[in-house]
Amino acid sequence: MSVPALEVRDLSFSYPDGTAVLHSVDFHVHPGERVALLGPNGAGKTTLILHLNGIFSSSSGSVTVAGLPATEENIHEIRRRTGLVFQDPDDQLFMPTVRQDVAFGPANFGVQGAELDDRVRDALEAVGMLEVADRPPHHLSLGQRRRVAVATVLAMQPEILVLDEPSSNLDPASRHELAHILEALDITMLMVTHDLPYALELCERSLVINNGRIVADGPTSTILGDRELMRANRLELPYGFDPSFIRPGRT
Amino acid sequence: MRATHVHALYVHGTGRVRALEAHVKVAAMVAFVLAVVATPREAFWAFGIQAVLLIGAAAAARIPAGFLLRRLVVLIPFVLFALFLPLFGGGPRTQVFGFALSVEGLWGAWTILAKATLGVTASIVMAATTEVPDILLGLDRLRVPRLITAIAGFMIRYLDVTLGEMHRMRIAMMSRGYNPRWIWQNRALANSAGALFIRSYERGERVYQAMAARGYQGQMPVLSRELTRPGSWLQALAFPAFAWMAAVAAIIAT
Repeated sequence: MSVPALEVRDLSFSYPDGTAVLHSVDFHVHPGERVALLGPNGAGKTTLILHLNGIFSSSSGSVTVAGLPATEENIHEIRRRTGLVFQDPDDQLFMPTVRQDVAFGPANFGVQGAELDDRVRDALEAVGMLEVADRPPHHLSLGQRRRVAVATVLAMQPEILVLDEPSSNLDPASRHELAHILEALDITMLMVTHDLPYALELCERSLVINNGRIVADGPTSTILGDRELMRANRLELPYGFDPSFIRPGRT
Repeated sequence: MRATHVHALYVHGTGRVRALEAHVKVAAMVAFVLAVVATPREAFWAFGIQAVLLIGAAAAARIPAGFLLRRLVVLIPFVLFALFLPLFGGGPRTQVFGFALSVEGLWGAWTILAKATLGVTASIVMAATTEVPDILLGLDRLRVPRLITAIAGFMIRYLDVTLGEMHRMRIAMMSRGYNPRWIWQNRALANSAGALFIRSYERGERVYQAMAARGYQGQMPVLSRELTRPGSWLQALAFPAFAWMAAVAAIIAT
């Protein structure tokens, strides 16, 4: 068995006020896998992904990215290995131009000169945004900004791409374009989403989290077809979708 | 609503002035403004030469005169202040159109008007020919501390976002039948200012998380390594050099 791209073991977390958010979360993702993280609002999804690159750290349990434990001394390298794409691109794109923003990550890890230029070009090309390289991010549409946000992380050449609600607020065409781009990337992926058809389309495997616990782990089509499980965890297919007719998406 | 604030100072086009590197232009502009400041107030002719230089630069950059004049509106508060000086200034008085005006006040008003107009026009010409990200990069190359350019960059980047939030809050308030306009309705304004502050603070936290997630460790990385073309400095500095010549000649003459 290969070294997991991401391994979370027995992870628990409470906020300083004592509110427990994660309870003994345990899962792993293998290289090349694409996993959706599903669950209702307040289930602990965002808290969990902020643990994956050490923004939050927990006293109990462990996170390991491509064999490297996320400890205080490894934190810099862990952040390179875990590419986190935040939900609001306005939080993620803070530099004056798209090019500078994409260069920000690799430059922090010591990449410079021609190699930095190559990284920026390749990352922008991968998301089809090379032509906006010299524009300020706030002059782009939301769909474009989200694609640039993905590029800012790809430029760091991470081991795993972690996306927080990549399809939220996008119009159907932008949502489809982003799916097309994500589909074409050759990278391990963990995607937090409420958009169940998106999970089916892009991820062969899904985890369901509720009240800070992983309550299901299996093929996305099986999970979406399980009416009991779905109802118990406040998950709902869009109107008109019949779970008994769910065709496996990505395999 | 987008693309209105940041580009308001920029005029699209091509040409020699636009082709100059940003840091060269910023340096030339600062040197020119210093020359204007150093020019003695009595040397009307020196200000004339500096004005002609500026008009020449604006013409070379093909900045429309109307654009320049509209941008000069920012001077109005200074002009109003300058107008008060001759009326309320002390010392000997002189008769102008039947008004007894302070001589020192008249000189003060003239100095403010001449120097502010020349200085502001120079920065308008610079801003109209340089895009904002380039100005920031230019300041970076001029060794302005990166913390300062980063703060300026963040301010420009999030101005649109914050104004957008403010606009939406105002619309939400108006949609519920309240449109505060007067000073005695300041409670609602204060509330929304407070909410805006909290939201911006929270956004700051999220932006910091996003920076940390991409390896930020308290130092903004060096991203620019473009070299200055030979001749750029010479071309750009010729402009403040003439202004300095006028200033120095005027200092010697007075």
